[in-house]
Amino acid sequence: MDSFGSDLSSGSSSGKIDPGTIMEQVKVQIAVANAQELLQRMTDKCFKKCIGKPGSTLDNSEQKCIAMCMDRYMDAWNTVSRAYNSRLQRERARI
Amino acid sequence: ACLKENWNANAEAAELQRLIAVEQQKAQFQAQVHNFTDVCWDKCMDKPSSKLDSRTETCLVSCVERFIDTTLTITNRFTQMVQKGAH
Repeated sequence: MDSFGSDLSSGSSSGKIDPGTIMEQVKVQIAVANAQELLQRMTDKCFKKCIGKPGSTLDNSEQKCIAMCMDRYMDAWNTVSRAYNSRLQRERARI
Repeated sequence: ACLKENWNANAEAAELQRLIAVEQQKAQFQAQVHNFTDVCWDKCMDKPSSKLDSRTETCLVSCVERFIDTTLTITNRFTQMVQKGAH
């Protein structure tokens, strides 16, 4: 009888499941969903901040405001991400 | 030989589940960051400027901390209320 559990990858050489490909797809899908979420919220915030009474086009100042707002939103996102991560580490250290 | 193939398939599936669970946890973290950023942007940002000043940075960090504290406070107090039979 063969030895059991010698090598996880030996089963996949039959070509049935490739965990590597699946995980790549999962990661890509999650990344895409994350980017969509970011853009949707960013658009909402920056529209509110930058566009007063909607005109017939986006004028120069509105364009500049949008560009700056996008940068600030991403800065804010990164700040929040670090803060949340810190808090999680702190809470885990207490357990 | 048939038994070994079954074992390997199950072990692969279990490993895949574990890896996916790790990615899901990361995705949950990201989702929370989106929520916090949404709320704290409204609390902390005035006019968009060329850079995030330190006052705004501090506000954002405090906002995240206080939002989590609020969540914990509400959860704890609500638990007490339920236990006391209040409604």
